[in-house]
Amino acid sequence: MPSAQTRSTQTRSTRPIRVETSLLQIRDRDFGYAQARHLLLRAGFGGTDEQIRTLAQWGPKAAVDHLLDYEDIPVQSDTRDAFDSSIIRPRSQAEQREIQRARQNGDEDTLSRFRTMRQQAQRADRNQMRQIQRWWITRMIQTPRPFEEKMTLFWHGHFATSYRTIEDSYHMYAQNRMLRSYAVGNFADLLRGIIRDPAMLKYLNNNQNRKSSPNENLARELMELFSLGEGNYTERDIKDGAKALTGFTYKDDAFFYNKNTHDNTTKHILGVTGNLDADGFVNAILRSQACAPFICAKLYKFFVADIPTDVRRLKGPSRTVVRKMSTMLQQHRYELKPVLRRLFLSRHFYDPSVMGTKIKSPAELVIGSIRSLNAPPRNISIIANAMDMMGQSVFMPPSVKGWDGGRAWINTSTLFVRQNTLVYMLTGRQANRNFVERTNYDPTRLVASMNDPRLDGNPPPELIANELLDLVLGHRPAGAAQSLVEAANKVDKPNSAKGITTMLTLITSMPQYQLC
Amino acid sequence: MNLHNNPDNTHAYTRRAFLQSSAVLASAALTVPAFIQSSAYALPRPELGLASIPGVNEDNILVIIQLSGGNDGLNTVIPYRDDTYHRLRPTLAVNVDHLLILDKKIDLALNGAMTGIRELFDQGQCAIIQGIGYPNPNRSHFTSTDIWHTADTSGTGDGWIGRYIDAQCCGYGKGQSGQPDGSHTLEPPIAIGREAPLALSGRHTMPVSFESPDLFEWAGGKFSEDIIENHQQLTDMSSEHADDDSNHSFLMRTALDARISSETIRKAVAAKPLVQYPGSSLAKQLSMIGSMIRAGMKTRVYYASLGGFDTHANQTGGHTRLLRQFSDAIAAFQKDLAAQGNADRVTTMCFSEFGRRVGQNASNGTDHGTAAPMFMFGPKVQGGFHARHPSLTNLDNGDLKYTADFRSVYAEVLDKWMSTKSRDVLGASFKHLRVLDV
Repeated sequence: MPSAQTRSTQTRSTRPIRVETSLLQIRDRDFGYAQARHLLLRAGFGGTDEQIRTLAQWGPKAAVDHLLDYEDIPVQSDTRDAFDSSIIRPRSQAEQREIQRARQNGDEDTLSRFRTMRQQAQRADRNQMRQIQRWWITRMIQTPRPFEEKMTLFWHGHFATSYRTIEDSYHMYAQNRMLRSYAVGNFADLLRGIIRDPAMLKYLNNNQNRKSSPNENLARELMELFSLGEGNYTERDIKDGAKALTGFTYKDDAFFYNKNTHDNTTKHILGVTGNLDADGFVNAILRSQACAPFICAKLYKFFVADIPTDVRRLKGPSRTVVRKMSTMLQQHRYELKPVLRRLFLSRHFYDPSVMGTKIKSPAELVIGSIRSLNAPPRNISIIANAMDMMGQSVFMPPSVKGWDGGRAWINTSTLFVRQNTLVYMLTGRQANRNFVERTNYDPTRLVASMNDPRLDGNPPPELIANELLDLVLGHRPAGAAQSLVEAANKVDKPNSAKGITTMLTLITSMPQYQLC
Repeated sequence: MNLHNNPDNTHAYTRRAFLQSSAVLASAALTVPAFIQSSAYALPRPELGLASIPGVNEDNILVIIQLSGGNDGLNTVIPYRDDTYHRLRPTLAVNVDHLLILDKKIDLALNGAMTGIRELFDQGQCAIIQGIGYPNPNRSHFTSTDIWHTADTSGTGDGWIGRYIDAQCCGYGKGQSGQPDGSHTLEPPIAIGREAPLALSGRHTMPVSFESPDLFEWAGGKFSEDIIENHQQLTDMSSEHADDDSNHSFLMRTALDARISSETIRKAVAAKPLVQYPGSSLAKQLSMIGSMIRAGMKTRVYYASLGGFDTHANQTGGHTRLLRQFSDAIAAFQKDLAAQGNADRVTTMCFSEFGRRVGQNASNGTDHGTAAPMFMFGPKVQGGFHARHPSLTNLDNGDLKYTADFRSVYAEVLDKWMSTKSRDVLGASFKHLRVLDV
């Protein structure tokens, strides 16, 4: 076990001149507390002091394997019937006939009865959507497989679909399960899954894509946003791609191939000619040289650094690393895990220019704080609402482009929401309410769990402050510890529950806390 | 390090105002990072004030309102004598009893819900610019909004107000060492809402955004008021790692902006307005903007928005409600400004990312379209109609052809109201439509 002295984190005073771009494995001796903390933050949602120390002790290989090979970790599996699939259902033929009759006869009572039923169903469905949001947030907080949820969140942002458009909560839930099941599998399976996913088919109007009246929405986004990126396909590819996708629709909650509306003519897509169907279209995409770089750039942007999404605009180290990742992804025929394992083990991933420099997404901030500080989540509805105010409402991305990320998360409004959500979790107090949530947060356990003999009995307050800075911030800004101790003293003894809560409230309000 | 050695990232205008208060400066000496301190001492004396571009009226204020979702222009300013309008909108055409006929000589009327705006129109304080659009219209909410915000038909790049403030801001490229010489200082624009609108974001400029004053404050003070000063100390504390273009420096700047503007804004909007505002969201936003103007804040650009205009189905009830909220809010705002004696300083500009199609759809709604009217309010506008109303028969694929480019309006606002060179901001010259009477 590394001693408390080695827990001290990377020095930030000297900027490296050269950024390490090697994907060679980090040396065991270079993998300490700071590196394990970084790995947990990026590949998961952060860890407690104990988790960080454990991974640091295991070394990089075992630590990364533990996170990535999560299939061996038992988890309560979600089931198809966890939520009600029948709140939103199409009208039966009998009902349709009844409505038609009522229209013909000007029977306003019947029409209004159907309208009321519809509105009630929509209300119930919006409630269920909120339940599903809370379910996922809770799952992210509690899961012993953080990487699984992190990847599911990645794919949710990548194949962005919004409940606001499709208004069927069960379809959103089913999509979430699908994305989770392929989370670190093969990218080809994800593409094949998404073109059969009822939520996506509805979101991008492929249920209206018929031989007689093609709709190009899914064909376009499948290439522009999901696999190749702008500039790597032509208008012709879109047109013929749309033809290949005709007939891909859904019935109730399941994918349905309507061969009557499918276009069986010859198509030319991305250099492939033939009577291609939707899977043929996907295969043509996977053959394109643009696919692997596009996916790797998205993964890099999510896990490593705030870079532009457009591969062509990449410069410097990110360009080099993305290129190396793409080559690997192609070699492994779109198997994602080998590439991600290599990335998380690489020297590049632990370069000082990478560590502690990425802006946390709202999910990373909120889930990460609860997980690493053992803070009580209190009211998940308030947490979900806070995430919405920070700009990230899960299941409701702003558009098919997903979330921009990076600096787009931060403005003066969202920064206060970010700081104040932490105040709420730690102290139960909210900016605009006098009501105090009484659930007790006992941060003394946090200090006790640090397992540092020097923290036993009556430790020097500055030592507590510095250890909290290491855990929460990852470094010790000059003068911060003194200010924290001074503040804690105003409230209570620095090593008391209230004293430590004071310090945590202040550390999590620092601008640096928004970085990971 | 000194942030100002690299003019590319100077962001001093808010901090400068903050540091000009000597009381703050005294305590700042303890807490504010060295690079900010040193620039503070180099600043000109506060009594010299902010104004000093020769011949420029720095008191003018621009309020921008976005009607989000794509407002149906044809049911807002209504060509009620046009048969095509009635033919293409059998159930949506506004009934003649619900029209506000402005002038018997004009073939256009306002939607009946817009009584407040009608009054302003009669007073010559409402300019309606018809058929506003741009070449190759985009029908995506996001892209078209970006086009309006960037004033660039590709919808990429910085916001137009952001670029304007960048151009004015604290001496970029001016002065011997690129340091701010204190003469061209502008406050960041203020947006009501949880987002930083692209229009207000430049390369160096970020707006101050807030949703409501009670959320625009650090809540840690509720736990213990005594630790607020420690919070401020820690916020301002710079680590040696503060690279100019790093996320870390970006966060520090935003945090400092947030905490500096928090108190000023909360104090300003706590004052009871001089007139009664309605209860709608837009009215609340404008009431806060009115209070900030009344408090004498130096902010020159404010941004508010009203959503819900994406009326694909069963349009009439909802759209009428929105227009009433819009009109009532504007009327109250103008009354407030007049009561304050600030009306002459404020011009309000309203736009929507696009209009809607001429014909109604099968769900008693309208789908995304193109050209639509813009509104400008205030005593300094040239009241009445501007530009031509687009033809309802000579269409482009079922959509109206625009008759005036929105950038003409931006150009005039920049040249005449903000007293800058619009060409520098817009990258091209656009002919004014003479919507401003200045």
